[in-house]
Amino acid sequence: MLFNPPSPLEIKVLTKRFGLPNSAHIDTYLANDGYQAFVKSLDMTQDAIIQEVKDSNLRGRGGAGFPTGMKWGFCPRNSPKPKYIVVNSDESEPGTCKDRVLIENDPHLLIEGVLIAAQAVGAKAGYIYVRGEYRYLIDILDKAIGEAYAKGYLGKNILGRGVDFDLYTHTGAGAYECGEESALLESLEGKRGQPRIRPPFPAVAGLYQCPTVLNNVETFAAVPSILQMGGKAWADLGVPKAGGTKLTCLTGHVNKTGVYELPLGFPVDKMINEVGGGMRSGKKMKAFIPGGSSCPVLTGDEAWPLTMDYDAMAKAGTMLGSGGVIIMDEDTDMVKAALRIMHFYQHESCGWCIPCREGTTWIKKLLTRLNNGIGTGKDIDLVGDLANNMLGRTFCPLGDAAALPTASIVKKFRHEFEAKIKSTMVAIPAAANNPFVVV
Amino acid sequence: MADLVNLTINGVAIQAPAGTLLIDAAKKVGIEIPAFCYYEGYSLQAACRMCLVEVEKMPKLQTACTLPVGEGMVVRTESDPVVKARKTTLEFLLTNHPLDCPVCDKGGECELQDMVFRYGAGESRFTEMKHHVDEKQWSPVVFYDGPRCILCYRCVRVCNEGMGVGALGIVNRGVNSEIAPSHGDHLECDECGMCIDICPVGALTSGTYRYKTRPWEMKHVGTICTFCSNGCKTTLGVRDQQIVRGNNRDRSGINDEFLCVKGRYAFDFVESPERLTSPMMKVNGQLQEVSWAKALAAVAAKFSEVKGRGGKFGVVGSTKTTNEENFYLQKFVREGLGTNNIDHHRSGDLVTLIDALAGRENALASVGDVYNAKAALVIGTDLSQEHPLLAFQLRANYRHHNSNIYMVTKGPVREDAVAVAAVRAEAGQEIAALDQLREQLSKESELLVLFGGSVKGEAVRKLVAFADSLGIAKIKYICLVDYSNSRGALDMGLLPDLGPGYKPVDKAGLSLPQMMAATDLDVLWVVGANPLARYQLASKPFVVVQEMFLTETAKAADVVLPASNAYEKSGTVTNVTGEVQKLHVAGKTMGTKPDLEIIGLIAKEMKINAGVWSSNAVFEEIRKAVRGYNIPLPIIATGQAAQTSPLNGRVPVASAPELIQPAGNTLFTSGSLGRYSKKLTSVLEYPGQLYRP
Amino acid sequence: MTFSPQLEAKLEKLINSYPAGRRKSALIPMLMFTQDEVGSVTPELVNEVAKRIGIPPVQVDEVVTYYSMLHKKPMGKYHVQVCTNISCLLWDADKLYEHACHKLGLGHKEVSPDGLISLEEVECMGACSWAPAVQVNYDFHHHVTAEKFDEIIEALKKTKTQ
Ligand SMILES: Cc1cc2nc3c(=O)[nH]c(=O)nc-3n(C[C@H](O)[C@H](O)[C@H](O)COP(=O)(O)O)c2cc1C
Ligand code: SF4
Ligand code: FES
Repeated sequence: MLFNPPSPLEIKVLTKRFGLPNSAHIDTYLANDGYQAFVKSLDMTQDAIIQEVKDSNLRGRGGAGFPTGMKWGFCPRNSPKPKYIVVNSDESEPGTCKDRVLIENDPHLLIEGVLIAAQAVGAKAGYIYVRGEYRYLIDILDKAIGEAYAKGYLGKNILGRGVDFDLYTHTGAGAYECGEESALLESLEGKRGQPRIRPPFPAVAGLYQCPTVLNNVETFAAVPSILQMGGKAWADLGVPKAGGTKLTCLTGHVNKTGVYELPLGFPVDKMINEVGGGMRSGKKMKAFIPGGSSCPVLTGDEAWPLTMDYDAMAKAGTMLGSGGVIIMDEDTDMVKAALRIMHFYQHESCGWCIPCREGTTWIKKLLTRLNNGIGTGKDIDLVGDLANNMLGRTFCPLGDAAALPTASIVKKFRHEFEAKIKSTMVAIPAAANNPFVVV
Repeated sequence: MADLVNLTINGVAIQAPAGTLLIDAAKKVGIEIPAFCYYEGYSLQAACRMCLVEVEKMPKLQTACTLPVGEGMVVRTESDPVVKARKTTLEFLLTNHPLDCPVCDKGGECELQDMVFRYGAGESRFTEMKHHVDEKQWSPVVFYDGPRCILCYRCVRVCNEGMGVGALGIVNRGVNSEIAPSHGDHLECDECGMCIDICPVGALTSGTYRYKTRPWEMKHVGTICTFCSNGCKTTLGVRDQQIVRGNNRDRSGINDEFLCVKGRYAFDFVESPERLTSPMMKVNGQLQEVSWAKALAAVAAKFSEVKGRGGKFGVVGSTKTTNEENFYLQKFVREGLGTNNIDHHRSGDLVTLIDALAGRENALASVGDVYNAKAALVIGTDLSQEHPLLAFQLRANYRHHNSNIYMVTKGPVREDAVAVAAVRAEAGQEIAALDQLREQLSKESELLVLFGGSVKGEAVRKLVAFADSLGIAKIKYICLVDYSNSRGALDMGLLPDLGPGYKPVDKAGLSLPQMMAATDLDVLWVVGANPLARYQLASKPFVVVQEMFLTETAKAADVVLPASNAYEKSGTVTNVTGEVQKLHVAGKTMGTKPDLEIIGLIAKEMKINAGVWSSNAVFEEIRKAVRGYNIPLPIIATGQAAQTSPLNGRVPVASAPELIQPAGNTLFTSGSLGRYSKKLTSVLEYPGQLYRP
Repeated sequence: MTFSPQLEAKLEKLINSYPAGRRKSALIPMLMFTQDEVGSVTPELVNEVAKRIGIPPVQVDEVVTYYSMLHKKPMGKYHVQVCTNISCLLWDADKLYEHACHKLGLGHKEVSPDGLISLEEVECMGACSWAPAVQVNYDFHHHVTAEKFDEIIEALKKTKTQ
């Protein structure tokens, strides 16, 4: 089901079957050149498949943007251990809701992508780790997997070509950290979703310490079209160094929020004004987050001239991330936004390491106070300082994810913190009676 | 040997074997990289982030606890970014840590305190409310104070990996995370207290020690635990003559940091109100307190009288008294009283093993071998219950060296979990069962064989023959015995047919059951044993008992002489693997005397010169007289263990397997000593069922 | 403990999804599916799951207390979850949540006395582009206004009288 009408500006590669009647059914899929790429891959060498993916310049769509072909290449193909494919469908980065539409509308596209990855590395089994909240997607996937088994695309001796592959769904139970790849593997092994020490990376020692290809849903979903179009052609859809299209979730203060498939390098202004139908109520854009709430925040002025690709965003001091675009208009209370973002990371910190566990908690307490107007300029500095003290020192990137937006909001919107303190100053009881006031 | 890697740390060029972790490499050259979660020997966590260091060409600070040394690596551990990272990590850590150091058990020996003192900030910027949860009691001996916990997961690892128990887990998430016990609100475990010892802060505290004293008010006496034959080093914390704590936190001795529930808590038998503190004599069938002078005179008079008329003595020695006491006793009995009627409660057939191994060298294993052997065969014992240190080392060997472990036991045991093969066999049937393992065992290049008391007599010889038939070049044995100086009792010749060092005597005396069954025994002298718990006396001898408590035997005595225990005297003991260690006096109990002194006083009273009764003098004699005991004194003087080897050719005595009676102690029992420990009893009575494999 | 035949079949299939000796992998899905039927992760359920998987109960507890969708106390028959995370917040989800509290007379993680409805303020649930979003058990509701919220609740309440 589509939750928002498509935009004429979309380049529909991954989403081309969206909106077809019964689009999730294998018959629809097969009737619209489904599983053709997989069939093609059966006649390709492992190196050729990986090369095609390398040529496509596909970068991981889960947030980190690591080149997918290279990652698959790290998987030791002559290892005596079994190899696994794991799909990261934990999608919990705030602002992101694209994997959900992909699975809901075209589950076979994901299955086909997984099958091709399995061919590329010689895996015999795969797991789709779906966040607990997406229970209905598990039902959709289980149905699609059943169809694929029935038609001989999964199971033993697939299409009579001597290839075996089993695919299973696996549900999470509510933990953002399980989106982080090593925590996801722990969770898949029935443990607390706590990240692992890396190296070794999953490609070498992943699920059950076996070589594992772990990618985001959208990454796998891109693979069939890469094989069909050819890696180079697919790359040309995007910009140099970042090929293809990206599912972009427009959220926040635009008129037509929704998930749209846009080529990499799409201009921000066109995205907001044309795809998104312009700012809500014609207001000005105050802040912009390109790819989920863990990216550093840009001011509206910084964001307008940019294009949506990895390098441009990195140059502007932020990240393309997961494709969860968050747009905030001039009326947005940035202190409240900072607090809400930190509230999330504090709630989701797994607690394994000290800087993340204690840092998010302390900063949340400070931001709560500042949001209530109880605080001083020193507290504002402290928030920024603590965020910097977390940065780069935590066990996994969740600490950075919490620190980056916070530090950028404090830096770029300091005046809003000050204004809040000033506006409530008179209401503060005498300092001596208030344990929360630092004089 | 692994290749050496060159690197520089703080400008100092060093070499370290490839694969060494940076934190260890630095330590080797005297550079401390602070850490909470890193603990040598256990799995890596990288959770505390205290060990972050700067490594050239790496974009971020790196955890020295997980980073192996690399060729050409340039490391800085004291640069500005590193110093700042430590300071801020400690600042984060202290936000929710209660600053109750003045009342915290750990105050003064807390790793967090030390770390903040050395690397922390002088002032606190945290002015918010701290997160609080109430303290919990998990068992009579384990308490957990959540807010103090810094979540270093050492306790969880030591329980899982070290003990093989896995009674601790981590519950909740984020800042609410805490450690939780195996059974909802209580523990079901070995109650070993390893978690308490390894905790760097005061989060886990011990039921025996908490809120009793400040660490600096104690005297710390390193001595040897008296509960089982494994011979763990224990550091007793003593305040005002009272032992308040036992641990081995300095990781000295053969046991690294290991101690079991008995070693750690059961020292309170020392101050039991039932302790005998005055000699007693039977008057009109009732034991009455008398002076030492009167009691000794009565014993000497009786002994002289019986000796004078050529009467029959029976002497039972102890498995808990020191080597010096045992040696002195048998010497006095043999030379002074003129009899070989001396024996003790034997729990393992070492005598047959020594005979079977005649002519070999290095065939008896040490505790270190249990940790290092490439393969181990464990026969007829529940090692975790009866020999907790050996079990601990066996697990460590598996963990660190992936050794192959083979189990042949009656029922399932904890070691099965780390074994390559586990075979079940009833007591006495073990040797027959060995054939099932022959194929696997013959592939080993090295083998350590541990066998319990059910393997005795011919079975020991068959075992050695079986092992020989495997074609393995290096085979070593441990004959398991049960009590703290069972081994010393054998080595010192508390045997009717063998003198010190397994030298046959001219005319064998009576064995323990024979003494009991004799109808014409004139004197029964029992030094630190309780034979009447097991045997009945056929005759009505004059009974002299040296004891700490009014045991079954003491109750039947004509004279009872109150004895000191291992924590109250000096001397040496020999553990199950033949390693000699020195005792140190932790405290004294008024009215009692060490057995060595008591025997000396009896001799003196009888006007027999049995030599000086100082333990040093007697030990000198032992070094000369007992084969294998000529050990270097500095080793034991510095608190280490020196291995003895009594292998000295054939031991031409008849095997007497019926005399071998394993005590079958568990983790929570240890003959009479255990009975008189209130703590141990309270743990046993605790409603939570105790851990079984 | 026994479960409905459908659930038993599901659990059977689940256990078989993992390689031999990797039964523990089934832990989290097993807890989720059984919680759906039992209503919460009761101590009996912890023991049952521990037994079926062959691990000590403390390992189940470690997991139960880690994941936010696993509850030791029962939630309502209809568990109403309002997301107030950033994308929803920008569409006034905080006000919607406040409205929900008033409408239901419940606070965060509270259950109505009849056990029919419970309320929870939740983190992002993957509906950011159609904010503000509400989930009732596993059903999503998008672009939820105060009026729409009331309609949803009234419909839930009606199921009780039916
Ligand atoms: C805290 C955290 C949360 C993450 N959450 C997700 C997620 O929900 N979905 C996802 O695909 N990747 C997530 N990632 C990224 C994964 O760790 C991993 O990089 C990604 O799944 C790899 O797939 P890709 O290369 O296809 O992007 C997360 C990373 C971190 C550090
Ligand atoms: S209880 Fe102690 S050892 Fe265990 S995690 Fe906490 S601080 Fe570490
Ligand atoms: S010692 Fe390295 S992170 Fe704790």
